[in-house]
Amino acid sequence: MSLIAEPWQRAEVAGTKKALIINKPEIVAAMIKRAKRPILVVGHQVVETELSEGEKAIDRIIELAKTAEIPVVATAHIIKEFLNRGFNPSSHMSIMEIGSRLQAPDWTGLDGMGAYDLAIFVGIPYYMEWVILTGLKNFAQNLKTVSLDRFYQPHANWSFPNLPLQKWDEQLKLITNLLKEREEGTA
Amino acid sequence: MSFKNVRVKIDELKTRAALIKNLQLSIGNVMEETWEEHVGPTPFPSVTSLREWDMKLLKRYKPYYLPFCELCCLCTFGKCDLSEGKRGACGIDMAAQQSRIVLLACCIGAATHIAHARHLVEHLIEKFGRSHPIDVGGVHVKLEAPITRLVCGVRPKTLGDLEGILDYLETQVTHLLSATHTGQEGNNLDFESKVFHAGMIDHVGLEIADIAQVAAYGFPKADPEAPLVDLGFGAIDINKPVIMCVGHNVVPTVGIVDYIKSNGLDGQVEVCGLCCTAHDTTRYYPKAKIVGPISWQIRFIRSGVPDVVILDEQCIRTDALNEAQRIKAPVIVTSDKNCMGLPNRTGDPPDTIVDDLITGKVPGVLILDPELVGEVAVRTAVKVAPLRKKFKTLPETSDVISGAKLCRKCNNCKRVCPQDLDIPEAMETAANGDLSLLADLYEFCIGCTRCEHVCPVELPIHSFIVKAGEKQLKAEIFKIRSGRGAIQDTEIRNVGSPIVLGEIPGILAAVGCANYAKGGREVAEICMEFANRRYIVVTSGCAAMSAAMYKNGEGKTPYEMFTGNFEAGCIVNVGSCVTNSHIAGAAIKIASIFAKRNLRANYEEIADYILNRVGAVGLAWGAMSQKAASIASGFWRLGIPVIVGPHGAKYRRMLMGRKDREEDWYVYDARTGERVYVGPTPEHLFYAAETKEEAMVMIAKLCMRPNDTTKGRAIKLTHYIDLHKRMYGKIPDDIHMFVRTKADIPITMKDEILKILEERGWKETRIPDPTLLPRLIRRRKEE
Ligand code: SF4
Ligand code: SF4
Ligand code: SF4
Repeated sequence: MSLIAEPWQRAEVAGTKKALIINKPEIVAAMIKRAKRPILVVGHQVVETELSEGEKAIDRIIELAKTAEIPVVATAHIIKEFLNRGFNPSSHMSIMEIGSRLQAPDWTGLDGMGAYDLAIFVGIPYYMEWVILTGLKNFAQNLKTVSLDRFYQPHANWSFPNLPLQKWDEQLKLITNLLKEREEGTA
Repeated sequence: MSFKNVRVKIDELKTRAALIKNLQLSIGNVMEETWEEHVGPTPFPSVTSLREWDMKLLKRYKPYYLPFCELCCLCTFGKCDLSEGKRGACGIDMAAQQSRIVLLACCIGAATHIAHARHLVEHLIEKFGRSHPIDVGGVHVKLEAPITRLVCGVRPKTLGDLEGILDYLETQVTHLLSATHTGQEGNNLDFESKVFHAGMIDHVGLEIADIAQVAAYGFPKADPEAPLVDLGFGAIDINKPVIMCVGHNVVPTVGIVDYIKSNGLDGQVEVCGLCCTAHDTTRYYPKAKIVGPISWQIRFIRSGVPDVVILDEQCIRTDALNEAQRIKAPVIVTSDKNCMGLPNRTGDPPDTIVDDLITGKVPGVLILDPELVGEVAVRTAVKVAPLRKKFKTLPETSDVISGAKLCRKCNNCKRVCPQDLDIPEAMETAANGDLSLLADLYEFCIGCTRCEHVCPVELPIHSFIVKAGEKQLKAEIFKIRSGRGAIQDTEIRNVGSPIVLGEIPGILAAVGCANYAKGGREVAEICMEFANRRYIVVTSGCAAMSAAMYKNGEGKTPYEMFTGNFEAGCIVNVGSCVTNSHIAGAAIKIASIFAKRNLRANYEEIADYILNRVGAVGLAWGAMSQKAASIASGFWRLGIPVIVGPHGAKYRRMLMGRKDREEDWYVYDARTGERVYVGPTPEHLFYAAETKEEAMVMIAKLCMRPNDTTKGRAIKLTHYIDLHKRMYGKIPDDIHMFVRTKADIPITMKDEILKILEERGWKETRIPDPTLLPRLIRRRKEE
């Protein structure tokens, strides 16, 4: 696995603190397990990214979300794609709406049950996600953020390094498998 | 009369007491005795005059900061790391720093427009005289300068009257800019209020610039039938000497057109342009052609078609001189804003300048006299054209294939491409002789050439893409209706009622630059969708050009398919960036002409009116510049929401409403003083959408206003729900917030919606006479 921890977009250099690298899937699986209030924010690019076996990234994300039993927010218009695949996300909002809500100290979540402690992002255009994560880093300091995209997002707490498509796909599958194992283990 | 002295006197009065009884009278006397309309509370507002209004907006539409940079390097205390709650050496925090950068951007934008206006006004006064009348639409436009009347409280009658207004604007920009100095403003909300002020000032500057040029140059005067002109690379006649004009200030190009006309060369020399200069050139000379938006600059130069390149100001590629040199086309720079290191030849005889340019003794010259520009440009073009024989730097297909073979798949290009275009993959197929993947990139490439600067084997990547997309480039032959300028008073009278009542579902203004995430075609698609839905669609700037770049089955472009009248189902090009003032002006005129609200120096009341009643939304789908930022902020202060495209996230601050906070959405009922819940209308003031589909749904939603009648709301909801179902595959989950009484429910969807309302515990409310301003409450007993 290439572990180049530098921003994918060359000029989008980070501040003084950069995201830790997800160098094994266990990290993400453990974070999801440990989180009391996680949320997964999925952008439109998961519909545009074709994976090797003719599948799209959205399919992989649905598997992951189902296994992790994590609330999903679909951004842009891709709620439609989820529904077409028989998966019903908890909510749909624009990326700016969910980003600003996560940043608002008085927001108590989609269910009104309190603030989230872990926000995972995938499929948002690189530069949009970049600034969303910078915003959360600076204005929602109690929230841990993870980028599951295949490009290094320096302003998340945790991010994959820049990964080739196949490697990325493998990682997503592994995370899902790990979550499954644990589920079965605890059952 | 001189406005200069007026302002000083007003300031004196204001410092003594803001609203003493005699103030209106006194100002009325010093300002203009013959104008009956009384002066409102805020003539020539200072930086803080409208602060209370701003804070009302900012309370509902909270700034949402998205730092594009966590550091500050503005002074030698720095760099300072402002991340995670830290403050800079000057004490500033991240929120204030972000809003400070936004203010800086808006000051740059406003200064650019105001300097442009100043240059125009000075030049036009010199040519046409101080007493040249401001006529922007003959009998059809009595309200010649709605923004200026609203903000300043004066109505300019002649070119000379504009000077004093510009004095005021320049003073304001200086004050605003000074607030960004180290150790000045420290509160983010106050920075934001200043951002709004910069935007408002900017809008006055836009208006001054356009009414001056319309009045003096005889551009179309609020003309719905402004001529259809040619647009697109393929529309340029390459058999003629071609003069390419880039920028925003039409003065030197007017010099060129005048020279052509007065020397019997009409039809023999091709004058074409990019960016707003192109718009304004066609307004002066309909035979001129528009090449396209800013992103076409490099591809057009490299095509070898231009024989002379004229640069004026704003949004010009700063490497245009280098590029032009490579195709052996002489360059004339014409603005003190942009001298490009070239010698100032303004005082020289034209013969020697022309000689020097033709022989290549100098690659270009600076000429600050527009008439001299005209003569030199035309004479040079005529002489140089047969010499350069359209010498180009675009490669041949065989060059692309052999070049692609050198590609190392290093990904450098992709990683600097703002569009993340998959160039390496396209190179791989190109190396095997198949250029189709490269051609696919053409539509999305914004022509920035960043890729070329990082390629280790120095491939001219952008040129490869353009060559591969050549078929498409040459097929770019479209029609656009030349910028019509203002909206007529009569048109406003006709649409005022249906807009305010909500029966025309909204006004969509597609404006701004061409930094599109997924190509300009999306703009045309959005415009047509809403025109078909009988919204009023207006366009300006590069977006107006993108809106033209589409053809239906019959080969008709949107401007041929839809009417140019400002009415339901139109697509109306107002013109260049400075004509955005006519879009804001139209909203203001609705309040004045239709609702008979007092306009003069009555900013707060009119903005309150627009926010609550005029369902207008700006869409700057490719917003890129600081000017776009200041134009947007002028709309925000007026209560008009703006949506930007994905790249707009880099403006680093959004203004987002919270529909989940019921308390944010109460207004006063001006009839009773009661506070009434009106739902999130409009929900946001500024936000970046991720996709076209999202933007379309949001446009429909943001057109709803508290004042909509039940019939109007039902129409607006129909569009919102319909688009939502189409794009999102389901009915929206926030309908209950937009239904006030059952009569709001679109009849065809009644059962479906009633069920949702029940599930959501919906309660009926009523439709107030909405306002955010307690002073506008008329108690029942007084009526
Ligand atoms: S202006 Fe303030 S934050 Fe910026 S470098 Fe200077 S001291 Fe640091
Ligand atoms: S010129 Fe086109 S391909 Fe090259 S970096 Fe810019 S947008 Fe990308
Ligand atoms: S930068 Fe040049 S060599 Fe590298 S992948 Fe792009 S085209 Fe190929």
